[in-house]
Amino acid sequence: MLDVYAPVAPLFILAILVGGIILILSRLMGPSKPHARKVATYESGMRPIGPAVRRLPVQFHRVGMLFILFDIEVIFFIPWALVFRDLGFYGLAVMGVFFYVLLIGLAYEWFAGGLEWEQ
Amino acid sequence: MVKTRENISTKPFSEWEGSIDELKGLVSDKAMTGESMLLNMGPQHPSTHGVLRVVLELEGEEIVTAIPDVGYLHTGIEKNMEAKTYEKSIVMTDRTDYLNPMGNGLVYNLAIEKIINLEVPERAQIIRVILTELTRINSHLVWLGIHGLDLGVTSTMTYCFREREILLDLFELVSGQRMMSTYFRPGGLWRDVPEEFEGAVQFILNIFPQKIDDYEALLTRNPVFIDRTQGIGFMSAEEALAYGLSGPTLRASGINFDIRKVQPYSGYENYDFDVPVGEHGDVYDRYLLRMEEMRQSLRIVEQGLKKLKPGPFRSDNRKYVPPPRAELGRSMEAVIHHFKLWTEGFRPPVGEVYQVIEGPRGELGCYLVSDGSPYPWRVHFRDPSFVHIGALQHMAKNHFLADLVAIIGSIDIVLGGCDR
Amino acid sequence: MEQLYIDLENYLGIGTDSVPEVVRLAIAVLVLGTIFLLAPILTIWVERKVAARFQNRIGPNRTGPYGLLQSFADVLKLIGKEQIMPAHADRIPFLFAPLLMVVSVIMITAVIPLMPNYIGADLSIGALYFVAIGSLSTIAVVMAGWGSNNKYALLGAFRTVAQLISYEIPLVFSLLVPVLFAGTMSMVGITQAQADLDYWYIFLAPASFLIFLFSNLAEIGRTPFDLLEAESELVAGYQIEYSAMPWGMFMLSEFLHAFLIGPLVAVLFLGGWDGPFAEDVPVLGVVYLVIKSMAVYFLGMWMRATLPRFRIDQLMEFNWKFLVPLSIANLLIASFLWELFPEPAGGGLVDNFPRFIVMGGSSLFTLMVGLEFLRRKSVEDRERIARLIDEKNYPLATADQTGVAGD
Repeated sequence: MLDVYAPVAPLFILAILVGGIILILSRLMGPSKPHARKVATYESGMRPIGPAVRRLPVQFHRVGMLFILFDIEVIFFIPWALVFRDLGFYGLAVMGVFFYVLLIGLAYEWFAGGLEWEQ
Repeated sequence: MVKTRENISTKPFSEWEGSIDELKGLVSDKAMTGESMLLNMGPQHPSTHGVLRVVLELEGEEIVTAIPDVGYLHTGIEKNMEAKTYEKSIVMTDRTDYLNPMGNGLVYNLAIEKIINLEVPERAQIIRVILTELTRINSHLVWLGIHGLDLGVTSTMTYCFREREILLDLFELVSGQRMMSTYFRPGGLWRDVPEEFEGAVQFILNIFPQKIDDYEALLTRNPVFIDRTQGIGFMSAEEALAYGLSGPTLRASGINFDIRKVQPYSGYENYDFDVPVGEHGDVYDRYLLRMEEMRQSLRIVEQGLKKLKPGPFRSDNRKYVPPPRAELGRSMEAVIHHFKLWTEGFRPPVGEVYQVIEGPRGELGCYLVSDGSPYPWRVHFRDPSFVHIGALQHMAKNHFLADLVAIIGSIDIVLGGCDR
Repeated sequence: MEQLYIDLENYLGIGTDSVPEVVRLAIAVLVLGTIFLLAPILTIWVERKVAARFQNRIGPNRTGPYGLLQSFADVLKLIGKEQIMPAHADRIPFLFAPLLMVVSVIMITAVIPLMPNYIGADLSIGALYFVAIGSLSTIAVVMAGWGSNNKYALLGAFRTVAQLISYEIPLVFSLLVPVLFAGTMSMVGITQAQADLDYWYIFLAPASFLIFLFSNLAEIGRTPFDLLEAESELVAGYQIEYSAMPWGMFMLSEFLHAFLIGPLVAVLFLGGWDGPFAEDVPVLGVVYLVIKSMAVYFLGMWMRATLPRFRIDQLMEFNWKFLVPLSIANLLIASFLWELFPEPAGGGLVDNFPRFIVMGGSSLFTLMVGLEFLRRKSVEDRERIARLIDEKNYPLATADQTGVAGD
């Protein structure tokens, strides 16, 4: 059954080879004369103040949470969509209930202000 | 010794950091402890219109404080002018606000004419008005192109610069230079306009209204553009006055103040034009207003072209204005005047004047002090860009990082003018 | 894949049995990979030319005929440039990000059905594979942004995470509509289903098509969704510290990904290689696919030349408050109507006409309702802002916050 995946493996190898060769070629062909100013972090020509690697702002976390919730729900939809023709109205009714719950969740999120960027 | 990557990366990061001490008192305590992010936007940044540096304190994407820092394009133009005679320093004025060369030349010459009480012939006045208004359109075209680019519309820039070429060709036609024209002189103009001038201006009048409609078709009702600009960078009328804003940025806040109407110069009182006034004081209103200003400028140019009659193009006051070339062969007096003017320069009476005009960006003033010598004792330009940058901190508060770019675009700063 | 190799063999005159399976696979993959790696180089040329025409320019015209070799010249130039590693970069993520990006995009090419029987791998989950592997580039972008030790890059990476994962939701929901119609996730199966039906799914679900297109534009980060590399704000976002070929690889994979969106949309909604005589003359299938892909690609270029960029909060609201509910509603309506109006036995264009009206119409109707809702909301927002300004208590800036205006 996994036979169909066979071409993916050589493609993966090809992709890594192409990427790697280009990178190594570029490293070999290009000059390398680093000095302090050149390798300094770009921040519009000024010395950066404070570290660059820092916490994510909370809005991005919220988006991440929303994504995980919806993505899990999407996973339930995929098998349903595949066997939808065989299930007929029964499948539609069952999924309708699921839809309903999902939409309630979305509506709650909406009215609670979870979809706003600013709090 | 050239530092290699190895001995850099072994150094702790703190040695490569800028110092936070210089920002003490300017940013919040959270930034001092490193909790919120301090970000340098500029001087080497694509959307700070040259070399403006804005130190941003960011909470995520939101701006807590934006501290503008100017001076990266300081070229000492004002100081340099003190070492040149009045006539020779005209060339320096073009280099301040490089998008408004005719306007800078005009305000400086008006100041000189004011201090020595020099009359300017009618024809020169009209040509000055036509060229200054075309410079306003030129400046607004650059503003629109870059403003669009700031907001992510890549196409406006090429469209606007296409039309700007026509204007620059006209400036080249009259002065021999596309941008640094140095065309206006005390008492009139450097030389009379060539024969093709009227045809070239008429051509501009014919095609520009359609072009401005085209830009508006691209942006004015574009929902993304409206969302990005409406309610952004808001200044109320009181605040705009308190910050000393002028020009389109002030008028967008609902204050009808245009120096061409309030203190007419160069015969602006003889032209019929409207001053568009906004009501919301946001980026979108400033956009609409500048678009309308371009149309009004075309109206002024059209009227000026109708009024243009043959006549002298500069004053015949030989004490201050050089005689025509043809006279040099016939008149000894002309030779003496010529010699005196080009070696020593003229000596205006002792005194000080302040002259304002309505530049494309706002109130453009020139403060001139004469001590009776051929060199100006002090020249100072009140450039609207500098004043507007002062209001940036207030306008950018609580906006997103992306909005700051729109706001900087909307107040239309030119760092050459700001730093002088 | 097998078909591709057998055709190759016949063309070259080699016996089928004399070559081991592995070598066959390798050759076929090599051919496929080369086709798809050369495609973006041509696409970049097309993009540059079209963008130039939009902007009243000429575009590249010096290198080779019509400037066709410009991209090759660019690649050669980039290979000869210096790779700069920022002093305090996190080396491993920084170095591997471009590689991961390229790998993830090249892997996608496996499931594009070029013509009847020509596909890298006919996976039963082809469409899902496309989306899943495609979103690996998110990780590459985060690695690049995090590893660069640069605030602009980090902001770009934050935005990328938020944008790419958000737009995945409407993407998958609208992807499910053709899957539901065809009853399979295999790219070949979906194409074949449309070829058998003599009509394309865009007629049944035009709204889903549009949602899918927009979410895909957001996934690949093109204007108006190019926040992750907004050059006027973040300079170039996550790419800011990259130079030479690592940067070139980001650009290459971005263009390849953008190009591959075309075939994906074409397969799911526009019938893939389906077209007159495509079953008899397979080469025509490639032509149809390329035409359809380029039509989709052209839409992207058009928007890129016309529209300003969204702001991050507008981007999120557009997704969560417009695209997500709309795509869910569309899926629900499409499934319900599919049950209500089963496929007619004949399956021709004429027999299906009532279904086009009902299903396409209701799909468009939902879109219109959504757009009207969006329009009303934005008008409301503008009025609210205008009112607040009139009342002089606009929250964004007030006089006493700075203490200057009040004096």
